[in-house]
Amino acid sequence: MNLQFVVDGLLAGSMIGLGAIGVTLTYSILRFSNFAHGDFMAWGAYATLAVVGAIGAIFGKIAPIAPLSFGWPLIVALIIGMAATGLLALALDMVLFARLRAKGQAIIVVMASFGASMALRSLLEFIFTSRPTYFSRAIQIAMPIGFGIRITPDQIALLLLTAVLVLGVHLLMTRTQTGRSMQALSQNAALARIVGIDVARVVRVTWIIGGALACVAGVMIGILIQIRPFMGFEMLLPMFAAAILGGIGSVPGAVLGGLIIGMAEAAAVQLIGAEWRAAVSFIILMAVLFVRPIGLFGVRER
Amino acid sequence: MDLLGYGAFFLTTALIFSLITLGLNLQWGLTGLFNVGVAGFVAIGAYTSALLTTPDDAARLGGFDLPILIGWLGAMLLGGVAAAITGIATLRLRSDYLAITTFGVAVVVQLVALNAQKLTGGPFGIGFIPRPFGGLAETPLLFNLSNLAIVSVVTLIVYLALEHLSRSPWGRVLKALREDERAAISLGKSARFYRVQAFAVGGAIMALAGALQAHFTGFIAPDNYLPALTFQVWVMLIVGGSGSNIGAVIGSILVWAIWAGSGALTSMLFSPEQQARAASLQIVAIGVMLCVILLVRPNGLFGDRPRRPRFGKRARVAPSESGS
Repeated sequence: MNLQFVVDGLLAGSMIGLGAIGVTLTYSILRFSNFAHGDFMAWGAYATLAVVGAIGAIFGKIAPIAPLSFGWPLIVALIIGMAATGLLALALDMVLFARLRAKGQAIIVVMASFGASMALRSLLEFIFTSRPTYFSRAIQIAMPIGFGIRITPDQIALLLLTAVLVLGVHLLMTRTQTGRSMQALSQNAALARIVGIDVARVVRVTWIIGGALACVAGVMIGILIQIRPFMGFEMLLPMFAAAILGGIGSVPGAVLGGLIIGMAEAAAVQLIGAEWRAAVSFIILMAVLFVRPIGLFGVRER
Repeated sequence: MDLLGYGAFFLTTALIFSLITLGLNLQWGLTGLFNVGVAGFVAIGAYTSALLTTPDDAARLGGFDLPILIGWLGAMLLGGVAAAITGIATLRLRSDYLAITTFGVAVVVQLVALNAQKLTGGPFGIGFIPRPFGGLAETPLLFNLSNLAIVSVVTLIVYLALEHLSRSPWGRVLKALREDERAAISLGKSARFYRVQAFAVGGAIMALAGALQAHFTGFIAPDNYLPALTFQVWVMLIVGGSGSNIGAVIGSILVWAIWAGSGALTSMLFSPEQQARAASLQIVAIGVMLCVILLVRPNGLFGDRPRRPRFGKRARVAPSESGS
């Protein structure tokens, strides 16, 4: 077996893990599984692509940074895209989810997210058509790094970016007042409110973090694979599986779950064939639900 | 004459949708179980029945050439078993897990339909599925009307059976579980056992609808069972009003009329190369419609929605101060 699957798995796992952080936070703090989360990824990727296009139109052609396939426009566009995706999540919450949450039926919110997911995805299809697009068509030469493994400069940069973001979210969750408020709300919403936590603010922060990370994951897929309206929807099952495997509410768990699923997918592609890739997360999901439904780092719900 | 033929064709399709929606109504409307994998269970039924009844085909497994009725029964059996397994795996957990798992079931069924060439014919699907009254195919009107008659009879039987069930002691337990789980359990009813039963019966009905559809069109392919199907059925149930069987039937016909009508409209208004884009706008409109109905009139036309969130203590009210 070729060890290349380690790098492929790490990359797939980073994309899944970044998305799963948003899923796990929404689930533990707002208490619903958001089926529209995958479409935040696709919207983030397309938003970033649009900004890159706009920058290109204003400043002309800009050479990429030495070994990478992209230059500063993509980095600037990614930051703008993250903000835009966060705002999209906030807006969706304002017009839809918050109102349904106020009615107090948790599962209706899930259904609405399902409808919103369908509408968001089809809207992308309408605006950009279903034809795949790319940030760059340049081909990068993969460097051998021993043990038969090859990696491109883009892949190294994106793995580093993922590590920085995960560390950042982890520090935010454990070291800041905002993060502690988020944890308090996920552990006991009523008590959190009594001690004076600003629930509306925590909800806003949750959506912004989830949306921004989804955007990064979407751009990663765009750089390494391609951009399509369905790209996020296809990540939905791996993200849910990763969030549940890691234990709902746990950020490190979501990332670890993502890496495990990414590795398993990459190994399955080598051993069985790429067409069965999507079944891997389902098998892992079912195994977790039968054996240990609270996941690796989960706490039993009270 | 053409109009009558088209009317029969339209109603047959709409009634097959009603059948799926009736199955979903048993799961969601009556029992409060959230199934996001409707398309998967419909596909299981369609493929099972097709495999059992088609003539022998060297390129794939079977073609067992059995009578159509056996195909339908096989479809219901397999659909029911698949739903029961899904239920057993998830129904002791929070309701969201069922949603995620059923979503996964639909993904996997789609994957098998596409890739297991030996079983499902792969992307090209299965053709030559025997059609009831296939001998009448030369006179389309008669053929359409006789198909409509069969589908109507099946839908009526399922409708009456479900009406009977929902008024039976069994149905009352389901309603009790939906309204107040703890009270029902304290009366000695096993919540999980009843829910698995309801979920399995609902899955069997969806599979039966899939089989009917397969024998009506004579050809099936993985593309028939995309998530958009699940979504259509949900909109049908919500428009009709979950909890009401008559609502499920009328909602299906109504939404299918809107769907087919807007489809015809877009094909008239847009040039052929813009068709695909226009079709996606159609889905946007239906998605927005679903959200608006959930916000404005959650009871639909004939609804009988649960007054309380299901799963008792576990359906805790989420933080609600933000936004509105």
